[in-house]
Amino acid sequence: MKMLRDTWLIFQRQILLSLRNPAWVFVGIIQPVFYLLLFAPLVKPAIDATSDAEAYRVFVPGLLVMLAFFSGFVGFGIIAELRAGVIERSRVTPVNRFALLLGRSLRDVITLIVQAAIITVLAVPFGLSVALGNVLLTYLVIGLISLMMSSLSYAGALKLRSEDALAPLLNTIFQPILLTAGILLPLTFAPKWLQRLADWNPFSWAVDATRALFAGNPGDDHVWQALLILGGLTVLSMIWGARTFARSVR
Amino acid sequence: MIIETRGLRKSFRSRAGREAKTVEAVRGVDLLVEQGEIFGFLGPNGAGKTTTLRMLATLIPPDGGEATVAGADLRRNPDEVRRRIGYVAQGGSTWDEVSAREELVLQARMYGIGKAEAQRRADRALAAFQLTEYADRKCKTYSGGQRRRVDIALGIIHEPKIVFLDEPTTGLDPQSRAHMWDEIRRLRAEGMTVFITTHYLDEADALCDRIAIMDHGEVVAEGSPDELKREIAGDVVTVGMPVGETPKAAELLDSQPYVNKLETIESGGLRLFVDTGATAIPQILRTLDGSGVELASIELHRPSLDDVFLTKTGRSLRES
Repeated sequence: MKMLRDTWLIFQRQILLSLRNPAWVFVGIIQPVFYLLLFAPLVKPAIDATSDAEAYRVFVPGLLVMLAFFSGFVGFGIIAELRAGVIERSRVTPVNRFALLLGRSLRDVITLIVQAAIITVLAVPFGLSVALGNVLLTYLVIGLISLMMSSLSYAGALKLRSEDALAPLLNTIFQPILLTAGILLPLTFAPKWLQRLADWNPFSWAVDATRALFAGNPGDDHVWQALLILGGLTVLSMIWGARTFARSVR
Repeated sequence: MIIETRGLRKSFRSRAGREAKTVEAVRGVDLLVEQGEIFGFLGPNGAGKTTTLRMLATLIPPDGGEATVAGADLRRNPDEVRRRIGYVAQGGSTWDEVSAREELVLQARMYGIGKAEAQRRADRALAAFQLTEYADRKCKTYSGGQRRRVDIALGIIHEPKIVFLDEPTTGLDPQSRAHMWDEIRRLRAEGMTVFITTHYLDEADALCDRIAIMDHGEVVAEGSPDELKREIAGDVVTVGMPVGETPKAAELLDSQPYVNKLETIESGGLRLFVDTGATAIPQILRTLDGSGVELASIELHRPSLDDVFLTKTGRSLRES
């Protein structure tokens, strides 16, 4: 099918570009490692955990969801491509318009999964232990988040066409979402009103689900609920993203 | 006809302060472009050349009018138009971190060409544009001229019937420019139709088989450069003088029977359209003699495309 072939074409090019920029690979990995080394030790006393293992079981899933959430920043890259004329060059070809978006978003998902794998492995010496099946389900959850965030980001970036407009927009939207998702610290200690607010935040559901998975409870209701919510949202944002993208690139 | 347009229109909404304004960028363009020619859009910046080109290349939808490009209907079947045309934007189209070869292969593949064939075509294009030597270096290491050649190679990798080049020589040094002209003529020799935009008079004159002069969103003249120049019968005499004395001289000369038309040059001086330069010059000198107007120079020349532009628009292209 033409769409899949074209997606693969764009994906290959984007992966090549990512690999060719070792600085980016390095930053993408060192950042979460800092969180793991410098922030995680605070979590244990903060949540009154009995062991390091317990602290990492709570902290690592939140960190992974946060990284997936950061796929929302990829829009800046496409503005640079726009400026270089690369997007316009694709537009005059009959290449599938959806593939232009999907090929890029899939690159972002793969980048995230690689980062997530590195973090998971690095947390093992600190006492983290989690079954492979649960890890893979967690990656499915964060993969959906990444796909959703990156397609929204690309579509928004093409609409705004300027870094100066995109940066404040993203920061304004992202901050409250991140804070009410219970990413770094669980919302168990939050006042009631904050918890009610978090109920409306799909990422808070994702964090609950990944924590349940890391705690070894794949049967926890949060897991299927989060997959359902995120699956639905991802499909919706892909449709919106693809439309906006297709309209801006025609 | 490889391109046929009727009444092609496009307006943009722009915001100047608090007022929203509608700018009519292209107001009803009718064009006929023949297979195998180098066709040029000549006009000042902002004349609507690029907008028209981008409409014909399916990049922006026209507000009105009809167009057939390479046998496909522009509005009903843009995908088919895309398969048959190439387009090279003014601002470049390559990414810094990849090589010309990688860009060419990807571009061919975006047109649906298979991997092996794409590589063969990239090789051929690199050789044809004398890029083989740098083929595997990153695009950011190329000179302006090399990079522009990569842009053009990208635009024709799928062997289109027609290629649109938006200001292909703007910003190039004279040597690269001459080189680019040769490349464009080579494309024509291979049977391709080349549609360029330019604001260089000499480029339109030397390179194009036919041109359309555009101003304020409209085609004001169309034909071969020679035809257009022939339309201005006779010769052109340019009289140089200080700006301050120009109105006085204009008044004196305008009433003379041998002056068919008179244009003021903003930087000082007059351009006189006359039947025969050789007889007009002594008459001009006689008319100005004793008027106190101090002549800096007097020059006789055959009409140029700039004179054509001047008679059609009332301005010199050099000044607009």
